Amino acid sequence: MTSEVTSSRTWKRPPVLLKDPRWRWTILLGSAVYLILAISSVEVDWFRVYEGLERGWKFIQGFLTPDFSSRWRDIQAGLVESLTMTLTSTVAGVLVSVPIGIGAARNLAPAPVYMFCRGIITLSRSFQEIIIAILLVAMFGFGPFAGFLTLTFASIGFLSKLLAEDIEDCDSAQIEAIRATGAGWWQVVNYAVQPQVMPRLIGLSLYRLDINFRESSVIGIVGAGGVGATLNTAIDRYEYDSAGAILIIIIAIVLVVEYSSSYIRRWVQ
Amino acid sequence: MTSRTDTQSWQFRTPRQHMLRWVGWFWLVALAVFCWNLMTEDTIWAFVADAPRQASDIGGRMLPPRWGYLNQLWQPLWDTLNIATLGTLIGVIIAIPVAFLAAGNTTPSRQFVRPLALLIIVTSRSINSLIWALLLVAIIGPGLLAGIVAIGLRSIGFVAKLLYEAIEEIDESQVEAVRATGASEAQVIDYAIIPQILPAFWGISVFRWDINIRESTILGLVGAGGLGLQLQSSLSTLAWNQVTVIFLVILATVVVSEWVSAKVRRAVL
Repeated sequence: MTSEVTSSRTWKRPPVLLKDPRWRWTILLGSAVYLILAISSVEVDWFRVYEGLERGWKFIQGFLTPDFSSRWRDIQAGLVESLTMTLTSTVAGVLVSVPIGIGAARNLAPAPVYMFCRGIITLSRSFQEIIIAILLVAMFGFGPFAGFLTLTFASIGFLSKLLAEDIEDCDSAQIEAIRATGAGWWQVVNYAVQPQVMPRLIGLSLYRLDINFRESSVIGIVGAGGVGATLNTAIDRYEYDSAGAILIIIIAIVLVVEYSSSYIRRWVQ
Repeated sequence: MTSRTDTQSWQFRTPRQHMLRWVGWFWLVALAVFCWNLMTEDTIWAFVADAPRQASDIGGRMLPPRWGYLNQLWQPLWDTLNIATLGTLIGVIIAIPVAFLAAGNTTPSRQFVRPLALLIIVTSRSINSLIWALLLVAIIGPGLLAGIVAIGLRSIGFVAKLLYEAIEEIDESQVEAVRATGASEAQVIDYAIIPQILPAFWGISVFRWDINIRESTILGLVGAGGLGLQLQSSLSTLAWNQVTVIFLVILATVVVSEWVSAKVRRAVL
């Protein structure tokens, strides 16, 4: 409606983003220059790629005819490590992140506690699982224990941050009401905050369980236990049918965890 | 206020709810303990007990950082940015048609095409980019290309999933209106659907780009180029003071990319 009617009666589509043409052209030109620079700096050995296509085809074949049996013992050990790591680290993560989450909520915690808990959250969120896993493997030795610690550490940042935000979004009228009965701080948390955030906390924990399983299949690559180590070995040995089998199992478990967790979340909320 | 005649007092839950909750928690704790035992079966506790000493040892080696190493990191940093950006670009370009095929209101066939598109999304989403990189390094050889393709493959599922959800949530009356003018199917998509999903599209793409920056910093661990390659070589030579510099560079990159992405998303949405 805002477009002016000019003598020529053709309608021109107005730009959606970036109304200013100068900005539009600068960004377009900048992106073009960047793309040229970026693509020219990528060195590709096309002969190697061409050779690899055959191997890629073998991998696809391996994926379509997976071999579950010949490495089943290794796969099973890896899966047990991954699954136990996932569950224990999620439980430990929830246990630690509840107090930190409460401490990081501005409406419940005094300023020094708030700053401290926010600091922990920032620390935990700024590094990825893999990097934490490298450090923890160096400290605690190879195996699922280092993986457990990694996933717990990563869960703390995720869960406390979302829990704290949820507590801050709480209905303050209910907190006021409980406080008006003369309740202490603990009673306020227990009777006014906890019932409001509990469904969401359960939902978040299940979501984190899902994420932890995905991550647990990766951190094995740096030695932190789990099915990732088995997968790494299979690929190193060019056993594409075993690798295909592991990938199919990972995809299946991720699907089961994702669907059941979203089902439970819908049921809880 | 309270009548002391009847012995019933107010309780948070009915006895039945109480019982059910108790049983639920009991099983959860039992399962967690069981998993914990299974997981720590092979843990060598002497290594765990030794961890504080190891930590202080590594900490001592990490500090002071070897700042001179920074000069060798500019090229890998540029490579990392390219992996993330070009990978996002590939992922987004493939994700757009997949999203249109997967959305219930734009898919050409609900029986055949939609499940296929959803399968692509699920496969791409359940496999971490590090695993994609592991596979691609084995197939097309180490280098930037493997990293770019890995990031691209991982991004397809993420972008397509969020995008097809956005497509399914559009205002159908606009589609009706454009169709009523006699527009063809392609024109309906161009004039009725795309304007509605464009802000979401940019938001999703930038969000994925931000995640990809994080992930591309470590892809080099499996040989896919970028900062991770330097990390790998520093780790294998136990040059912990170089590892510190790499960690700080990764941290700075992640913080900057998060800031950029938040800025862009606020401008777009």
